[in-house]
Amino acid sequence: MLAAIRNPYAGRYEPDILPFMEALNALGLTMAERLLALLGGDPKRVEGYGKGAIVGAAGELEHGALWHVPGGYAMRRVLGDAKAIVPSTKKVGGPGARLDVPVTHINASYVRSHFDAMELGIPDAPRADELVVALVMTTGPRIHARVGGLKASEIKGEDGLR
Amino acid sequence: MKAEIRKIVVVLEETRREMGREVNPSTRKAVAAAVIRNPFAGAYAQDLEPLMAIGEELGGLLGERAVAALGVKPAQIESYGKAAIVGENGELEHAAAILHPRLGKRLRAAVEKGAALVPSAKKMGGLGTPIDVPLGHKDAAFVRSHFDAVEVRIPDAPRADEIVVAVAVTDSGRPLARVGGLQKHEIKGEDGLR
Repeated sequence: MLAAIRNPYAGRYEPDILPFMEALNALGLTMAERLLALLGGDPKRVEGYGKGAIVGAAGELEHGALWHVPGGYAMRRVLGDAKAIVPSTKKVGGPGARLDVPVTHINASYVRSHFDAMELGIPDAPRADELVVALVMTTGPRIHARVGGLKASEIKGEDGLR
Repeated sequence: MKAEIRKIVVVLEETRREMGREVNPSTRKAVAAAVIRNPFAGAYAQDLEPLMAIGEELGGLLGERAVAALGVKPAQIESYGKAAIVGENGELEHAAAILHPRLGKRLRAAVEKGAALVPSAKKMGGLGTPIDVPLGHKDAAFVRSHFDAVEVRIPDAPRADEIVVAVAVTDSGRPLARVGGLQKHEIKGEDGLR
């Protein structure tokens, strides 16, 4: 699920950018809910997630970092207290720039069958004064996963790692 | 099995200015990538152990090359990541076999410590496919200033029977980082998270 939004800090150095992080919470929730609906609407079916941001040419890489908290919070809330850190990538790019969003298991980062990624982009975004923000959810492991390691069936689900 | 390496590409990215401001010291990212032959291209193999051995070899080789590109001591490395692109005759799972079981151990030796998970990405692709290598702090995954990524692209790889394997390291976080969260001087470095 991608959204192209205006970057309120494009074109200038703004020391305090945290107010926009708050403002992104509502967008994060809307996107997480729509994404879950696309996958059928049952949070129990979602097994992996990731997030990312592409900053348009007039912005700073740091503006992409504003997505960490709202994007992560929204998916955790929609999925019912998922335990694992939400993996992420970010970059500065022009319209059509592609981003590889990493994916890991929602309750235990070390589940090896769920390490994956999804390439995303929007042909006409981000324009120079825009941000593209992305959320990814998956419903299962890699196809034909067979390289061992911690299995989803073995998760303790306490520390978000194992 | 030893990796059959066609080429190694090392890229150093140094950011000196951001939004009109000096970044001092500069933030620096290095990526070392190898183009290798995929021994399992074109046929299903159940046992991918040979690729796991290649991952172990490349974790050391690429980790050391990336650290050398930054010209710092291993202990000065602050964040890391890994990624792979599998050519069209392979399987996404081939990337998993290289990246996950054993590559991290040798990479951690190259950067000293490394309590945190090594963030990763993987995809299938043709010649010139770029990949964003995710970056996270090597000892505490929640350090917010070090969440980042670096894009790498090799114009003539991966060919259909090849795999591109990349390791990225930094000696710094993002330029002008200022979105709060756990700071690097607050790291305990025990559980890999904080």
